[in-house]
Amino acid sequence: MSRLSRPTLIRLGGLAVLLVIAVIFPLVITNALYTQFAVDTLIFVAAVTAWNMFSGFSGYISLGHAVFFGTGAYTVGLLTIHWKVIGGTIFALLPLGGLAAAVVAVPFGLIALRVRRHTFVVITIAVFFIFQLMAYNLAFTGGNQGVSTPFFLWNAADYNNPFYYAALIVATGAITAAWLIRNSRFGLQLLAIRDDEDRARGLGVRTMRTKLSAFIISGCITGMIGGLWWFFIGQALPETVFDPNFDLSVVLMGFLGGVGTLAGPVLGALILEPLQQWEAITFTNGFVAEISLGVIFLAVILFLPRGIIPTGKELLTKWQAIRERRGGPTPGTAAPAGTGDAAAPSTSTSRTGSIR
Amino acid sequence: MTALLRTDGVSKAFGGVQALDGATIEVDEGSIAGLIGPNGSGKTTLFNVITGYERVDSGHVYLGGKEITNAAPDKVFAAGIGRTFQLTRVFSRLTVMENMIVAAQHHERGQGRLRNPLARAGGPATRRRAMELLEFTTIAKYAGALAETLSYGQRKLLELAYVLMASPSIVLLDEPAGGVNPTLITMIADRIRQLNERGTTFLIVEHNMDFVMGLCDKVTVLDYGTAVVSGPPSVVRTDPKVLDAYLGTAEDDDDIPVG
Repeated sequence: MSRLSRPTLIRLGGLAVLLVIAVIFPLVITNALYTQFAVDTLIFVAAVTAWNMFSGFSGYISLGHAVFFGTGAYTVGLLTIHWKVIGGTIFALLPLGGLAAAVVAVPFGLIALRVRRHTFVVITIAVFFIFQLMAYNLAFTGGNQGVSTPFFLWNAADYNNPFYYAALIVATGAITAAWLIRNSRFGLQLLAIRDDEDRARGLGVRTMRTKLSAFIISGCITGMIGGLWWFFIGQALPETVFDPNFDLSVVLMGFLGGVGTLAGPVLGALILEPLQQWEAITFTNGFVAEISLGVIFLAVILFLPRGIIPTGKELLTKWQAIRERRGGPTPGTAAPAGTGDAAAPSTSTSRTGSIR
Repeated sequence: MTALLRTDGVSKAFGGVQALDGATIEVDEGSIAGLIGPNGSGKTTLFNVITGYERVDSGHVYLGGKEITNAAPDKVFAAGIGRTFQLTRVFSRLTVMENMIVAAQHHERGQGRLRNPLARAGGPATRRRAMELLEFTTIAKYAGALAETLSYGQRKLLELAYVLMASPSIVLLDEPAGGVNPTLITMIADRIRQLNERGTTFLIVEHNMDFVMGLCDKVTVLDYGTAVVSGPPSVVRTDPKVLDAYLGTAEDDDDIPVG
């Protein structure tokens, strides 16, 4: 434990507190409406985190993650009905949804990852529409009737709780995976690809393999989330699981919080998903939520292009610098000595702008 | 002396533009070779072809007797060719140290270390070596800073430092002195000499003639994608073909409209 510096300990403590709050939340707040909001929010926390570990780290902005979401939902749905799975064991099917999405990610990635930037975005959208069309037209998908869940004989009073905890586990797992990747050799390769792919390649990074691995991992987690969502909503329709709004929401949440950071996407989901849900029940006009999504998108691009977390960190650094200049170093803001990095003193200010 | 790096009749066209037209050059092991020529004569294209960023239309590239024609950039780097770019290319949103670690990936893989991709990037040995190289290039104090905060000259030094991470047998430098202040140019030349004494071979593209003539053992002149002259700086400097390449021939002058 002595290896952990004080800021790290504070951060870990904060995370533990958040996790405890998340665990006891449905026991304290029992209103079904709010727990439903909470499940939806956790599903999006997981989805944005999964999207971010590919798009945020590699810089390849995917607008086709609904492909994985829908594939997971349909796979889990069809298997549940085919095998007549009921009760709590349904959650054991989620990894199969993830596996199906991962299998889809291989050819998808091999094609789409050959091109970059805008072309990549367009190809992901195209693949997305192909999948939506397939869901409408293939024989086994149920066409526009979709696939409905069997009736779960669960206690109505805390019906949302099993979904809540399943979503919490998936979300925690996704965040842990993102954290592991961010601090690993693999993650550094992804970030190098984001900054300059050709240069990374010229320094020995096997770029295609790295990008594709991230795409598959991200797709796999998104597939599990799709399966979970199907159980929760009770029905998969071509237009609800292969939903362009899913992609737009995920991307917007990522950009709002800060693409490529760990906390940013989580924060973005925590802000936007409850807002969306609240708008959906408050305004009888169903389009208000969608219009506000567009407005927020514009606002983020205009005023917060880098997202809340990076911009917030920058402001904090500036504010600290101003205070230090005025009244000498204040006890709270003095840089902690010896954080184990072989960096010179001049780095304490410059590294605050770093994305982590 | 044997040729460490050799291109044999390399041609490359972009549409109707023949960027390289049977370019044949040789870089002797342990030497500092210069590659000069007017703008658009194919110097950078030749670098791109050697390092796998462009595919050749015809011709061959050899490194130490082994053919590496059209090998992918990561393979070329693994084979022992390091390369810097004319406009510096560093990973701007990574720290200087992280930039160094990216370049060490192949090295670490080769040691059988870090089979686990989730292992922390950069072992202690890698970090120690990175610090040594950053000290060598005088930018060690910025190790924790984001690369985007470095000045242009410092980025050039970082690019040189991370290319050295893999201990390449030959380093290709694309205009190392371009856009850099005179003090730094002297320093860079000094570092190249030191590395060369320790056994690293260099091939340098540069427009700064004092830099090239002062540093290189042999200079090759490229014109319209063909190597026209090759020899010691003193010989190349006075060769009429070189003057033609840079100043244009008498015939060319006739094309310039009067008035």
